[in-house]
Amino acid sequence: MNNKALFIAGFAVFSAFIIACGGGTTESTETTGGSEKTAGTTQDPSSYDPKRGEGKFDETNVQIGPVDAAMATKGEAIAGTKCLSCHKLTEERLVGPGWKGVTTRRTPHWIMNFITNPDPMIDKDPEVQAQLELCLVRMPNQNLADDDARNILEFMRKNDNAN
Amino acid sequence: MKSKLVSLGMTALAVTLLISCKPKSVSNAVGGDAAQKAYVAPGEYDEFYNFVSGGFSGQLSVYGLPSGRLLKVVPVFSVDPEKGWGYSEETKPMLNTSHGFIPWDDLHHTEMSQTAGAYNGKWIFANANNTPRLARIDLKTFRTAEIIELPNSAGNHSSPFGTENSEYIVAGTRFSVPADNENGDVPINSYKQNFKGHISFVSIAPETGAMEIAFQLRTPGVNFDLARAGKGKSNGWFFFSCYNTEQANTLLEVNASQRDKDFIMAVNWKKAEEYIKAGKGKKVPVNYAHNTYDEATHTATSVMKKEVLVLDVTELKDIVYFIPCPKSPHGCDVDPTGEYIVGSGKLAALIPVFSFDKLQAAIAAKNYDGDYEGIPVLKYEDVLYGEVKKPGLGPLHTEFDDKGNAYTSMFVSSEVVKWNVKSLEVIDRVPTYYSVGHLCVPGGNTAKPYGRYMIAYNKITKDRYLPTGPELSQSAQLYDISGEKMQLILDFPTIGEPHYAQAIPADLIRNNGQLKIYDINHNKHPYVTRGEAESKVVREGNKIHVYMTSVRSHFSPDNIEGVRVGDEVYFHVTNQEQDWDVPHGFAIKGADNGELLIMPGETCTLKWVPLKSGMYPMYCTDFCSALHQEMSGYVRVSPAGSNVPLTFSLGNPVPAK
Repeated sequence: MNNKALFIAGFAVFSAFIIACGGGTTESTETTGGSEKTAGTTQDPSSYDPKRGEGKFDETNVQIGPVDAAMATKGEAIAGTKCLSCHKLTEERLVGPGWKGVTTRRTPHWIMNFITNPDPMIDKDPEVQAQLELCLVRMPNQNLADDDARNILEFMRKNDNAN
Repeated sequence: MKSKLVSLGMTALAVTLLISCKPKSVSNAVGGDAAQKAYVAPGEYDEFYNFVSGGFSGQLSVYGLPSGRLLKVVPVFSVDPEKGWGYSEETKPMLNTSHGFIPWDDLHHTEMSQTAGAYNGKWIFANANNTPRLARIDLKTFRTAEIIELPNSAGNHSSPFGTENSEYIVAGTRFSVPADNENGDVPINSYKQNFKGHISFVSIAPETGAMEIAFQLRTPGVNFDLARAGKGKSNGWFFFSCYNTEQANTLLEVNASQRDKDFIMAVNWKKAEEYIKAGKGKKVPVNYAHNTYDEATHTATSVMKKEVLVLDVTELKDIVYFIPCPKSPHGCDVDPTGEYIVGSGKLAALIPVFSFDKLQAAIAAKNYDGDYEGIPVLKYEDVLYGEVKKPGLGPLHTEFDDKGNAYTSMFVSSEVVKWNVKSLEVIDRVPTYYSVGHLCVPGGNTAKPYGRYMIAYNKITKDRYLPTGPELSQSAQLYDISGEKMQLILDFPTIGEPHYAQAIPADLIRNNGQLKIYDINHNKHPYVTRGEAESKVVREGNKIHVYMTSVRSHFSPDNIEGVRVGDEVYFHVTNQEQDWDVPHGFAIKGADNGELLIMPGETCTLKWVPLKSGMYPMYCTDFCSALHQEMSGYVRVSPAGSNVPLTFSLGNPVPAK
């Protein structure tokens, strides 16, 4: 089959059209289907509160009391699957920092925000950024449910012998 | 540079030959605004997903439109070492057949699941043309979820076309052959006596998509080529193009082109359902594989089925009628209203358009032009609505837009012709580069076409791209069809070889509940490891099961000793990550299969049989973090009979012995 001949003929006609007519129509069209923004970011980085972190938790919706053993046990099970590949229960760093003492360094709602909404906090929190320079791995979002996060917090408190 | 001079010269020549532009001439092949129309800015999304058959690659490729960007290649009928498809223990059963494990096939056509004649974004179906099979790909996971083999069939080309609510996906045999339970050891030239066609109607469960062969139609021996379901008024009917009604068994190029007309076979499938209910189907012994992938266990199973229900259309009346159609029809396409059936005779110089209303009237009047092996043949003129005259050479396939127009590919004259379905007038024609096969208009096979774009999938690429040796990438071309004139706006290469394709608005897929991770707490894999504390190595005779975890950036365990030559080692690797787009890979030196590519929360298994003692590194193959290069480990292999104890560890070195 003589494709080349067809091609050349087509090209000649096309060239003539372009030159004679100045390049066809100039209709412009919308070609985008819209983009998806990363969830959970705020507009103004200066509004970031390093005591609270960023997310849905604050003093009003995270209450703590004496360590609840049942919650801590549930938290330990979830942590075993989703956290402890990277975190030791001692102060020793593995992939991320050891958990020992974390509940004395951070507020309960900061911890809950960080483990449920890590990406924006890694971008904004000065101490987390310093930590990233040591660990070199961004803590992943492990898709924890709110209850899971609360139970993990309880397990961390138990690990720290909180009262 | 030289080619630039040549093209400048050609342009000058063309300008001097043609002094004015004629609006009715071949439309402007590339307008000045083409780039703008096909441009999708970085970070922005395409308007449409384009699901393109991968032909002899056996896979399904997914492109964005209008950019032509490759989004994914979904492995279907061929192994894919990149993704471990057909190499992991979990996926091997997907490629099982009555002929055993088959690593390759030829994927020709795609069919999107539908509700009320419109795409619903749930599944896409694909056919295997060589060893006859039908696959269902889940569009939440972009994975092949199910493959069913088709007994009594040979060359599943007339597939996977579906009804307007995806009640059935059909699978018509390209090659007629003796049925599976009949003696196939007969002279080839006994075609007319011994060869039969079988068309499978595969039912689709509305919620799960699960496929079953509801029944097969046993037909005279001819070649079935393509098919379309009726829609709207013609719902309940199916139309199949047939060639080789001469029943030739050799040199088909000549011997199957003797008759002036072959047939479009009209099937009343609602009538077939009535016969089934009335117990007229015959249970026929067969043997075929039905393979399903379980999302909870991340594991495929293959079950051999032993029986199929068959209706013989030469014995049961009122199911099947033959419509004469000129010259070895290929495409057989039904317009969005369901009234018009377009036949495309490969060797014809016109396009016949049949009327469903006239078909019904002719059947009611029983005004037949004799029969073909007991099946009534209608009169061409009785069923014909009209003919598109002089459309071009070699009509193959027709798609439809939302404005009452049809687009037919012309293989021989290498062009697409736009014509009005009602008036049968040709409106426009554009060249393709080169030798176009299938066309795709988004929704172009449904009751609700979206129009806007038309894509030509070409059979010959030649000089469209930079040369890459004897074999070239495949050529697809995107046309803007929003105006009266078709306008070429983009060339894009595809994997080989594109046949039929479908395009669907992006929102129907991206908002269908796309799976981002497998929830590790719902992982029901029998060898799952939930957390490093559970990781272990277990010997069962000469089989060793490694329950391994992967997380950025280590495996647990990462030191294993006590493996002996003669052992079969199964690495069951569970990716502990629960974040989108964080797969880990797994490979070990000397493994004679592929790698594993493990999605977040998923468990995959690589079988490894070390042949000699020594030290074998393993590592993560998918760059996962700044410490990806550290994500590695060792397996020590000792000679057969060695007494090195089986040990495993992470971060706690085994003392040397």
